[in-house]
Amino acid sequence: MRTMKLLRPSNLSRSLGGDILNLLFLILCGCLMALPLLYTIFQALKPLDEIFIFPPRFYVRNPTLDNFVQLLVMMGESWVPFSRYLFNTIFVTITGTIGHVIVASMAAFVLAKHRFPGQNLFFNIVILALMFSYHVTAIPNYLIMARLNWVDTYLALIVPYFSYPLGLFLMKQFMDQIPDSLLESARIDGASEFRIFWKIVMPSVKPAWLTLIIFIFQQLWTMQGGVYIYSEQLKTLSYAFSQILLGGAVTIARAGVSGAVGLLMMIPPIVLFIVTQSNIMETMATSGIKE
Amino acid sequence: MPSEPMQTSLSMPYKRKLAERGRLGRLLADIKKNKVSYLFLAPYGIIFLFFTVLPVVISIGFSFTYYNILEPPQWIGWRNYINLFLADEVFLISIKNTFLLAAITGSLGYFASFFFAWLINELPRRIRPFFVLIFYAPALAGYAVSQIWGILFSGDAYGWMNGFLMKLGIIREPIYWLTDPNYMLPVLIVVVLWMSLSHGFLAFVAGLQTVDRSLYEAGYTDGIRNRWQELWYITLPSMRPQLMFGAVMSITSSFAIHDVLVPLVGFPSTDYAAHTVVSHLVDYGSFRFEMGYASAIATVLFLVMVGTNKIVQRLLRKVGQ
Repeated sequence: MRTMKLLRPSNLSRSLGGDILNLLFLILCGCLMALPLLYTIFQALKPLDEIFIFPPRFYVRNPTLDNFVQLLVMMGESWVPFSRYLFNTIFVTITGTIGHVIVASMAAFVLAKHRFPGQNLFFNIVILALMFSYHVTAIPNYLIMARLNWVDTYLALIVPYFSYPLGLFLMKQFMDQIPDSLLESARIDGASEFRIFWKIVMPSVKPAWLTLIIFIFQQLWTMQGGVYIYSEQLKTLSYAFSQILLGGAVTIARAGVSGAVGLLMMIPPIVLFIVTQSNIMETMATSGIKE
Repeated sequence: MPSEPMQTSLSMPYKRKLAERGRLGRLLADIKKNKVSYLFLAPYGIIFLFFTVLPVVISIGFSFTYYNILEPPQWIGWRNYINLFLADEVFLISIKNTFLLAAITGSLGYFASFFFAWLINELPRRIRPFFVLIFYAPALAGYAVSQIWGILFSGDAYGWMNGFLMKLGIIREPIYWLTDPNYMLPVLIVVVLWMSLSHGFLAFVAGLQTVDRSLYEAGYTDGIRNRWQELWYITLPSMRPQLMFGAVMSITSSFAIHDVLVPLVGFPSTDYAAHTVVSHLVDYGSFRFEMGYASAIATVLFLVMVGTNKIVQRLLRKVGQ
């Protein structure tokens, strides 16, 4: 009886056996999902003789930080100081994230709370834009960047992400829930629209902006700059790491380092997600596309 | 544009003209009245116009030209499209691979997203966040660690998969997972599926928590017996908006598979066995500089994605009926 209470409040359509089976199934699948991530951690901590062992071992027996040391040495030898890559990634990620949250929230605010001609058309185009990947627009985008003289500047990396459609979409759906009466009473008190946006709307949609932050962070954090950046000093961390791994992860001399790189790249987004998880769930609950 | 009701009763042309001028005038007045709204929308609108809408329009335009960036584009009509479908064998391979990958990873990924979200929702509230994290982590960090799959499926005996199978005696010599055309696509499918519990999954987990409890109670009195009936008759219909969102997300990502395959099977892959439409697009756009041709590929991809989305959304309306 106690276990049943522990698993879930008594419910007519649930059987205890089914609940236990469900838990076991999820634990099993969860282990499978976590396996490659665990392998990354183990691989990063393996000394060279454990990386090349037959039969290969999943876990690590004598963990060492050698791979990280080796990575640091490699980074120290690179032409551009390692700290520069790190700075570039942090700069691009932070400005891109802040800009996106502000620009998308301003647009979402009027789409959700104002009535004006063209608003539905605009929102429908944004929904349509959710449907294609950046590859489709990559070529004309480059030409536009070239025309604007933005190639080889941070602007080319940052500004397009300000209008990341997923962010606007989620923010608008979330803002729909804010009661109109709240805004109306502020208007009667003589507050300007910008003041209402900044002092009333933004603080009350904190879960949504945390969600936008994690999604855009995911995009910007792994961004390599691609064709837009050719100066070595402006390249990002993700690019520098990919150069170290050049030749594939199977390159013998760098097999350990690649584990270290993978571990370093995967930690920030996961930590950020853990910190903001409850807010993200609150936002995603409103994410539906209404017919 | 405001969607004014059509004034069908006014058949005389001059009257219509008058009405139209009135409409235009009203529109201008409307815009003036809503100045603040447009100001708020402007930063997003301008950036969106320049880096999303305009590129799509330009891309469609270029697809009817021969354009190599150095010389001005030359109008060649439908020739790029004709070549794509009639003369380009690699494109046909890439179309086949893309549809295969999209059909398998898109649909399985979508169903898995919902299925796991649903199972997690059946757990006690306190341990839910932990499972959400475990299942979402691959999508979150997967791209950063995608080279780990290169080690798992490495073509020598030190690769974990080969070593495992050899130790069990199932195979006697290592399989070239990532260079043998027979194995590339299956490995790729595994990796993509692993990363597919993404935005849609989060939307499902969150949406399930907000389904109206009273609907379930009403369901029990109407004779719903088990969790499967409850799922089909109550949960799914009330989750339709999230299901739409998840479908859009998984179609978009499953048709655009490319970045993940580069570190694994190389670019281009052996015999183009893992070549996708996006790979083909990158090949012509970033390496061969045939922008007109690449734009035609992009346009085809765009139409396929939007078309598939429309079909899937129509199907989703039938859920729970």
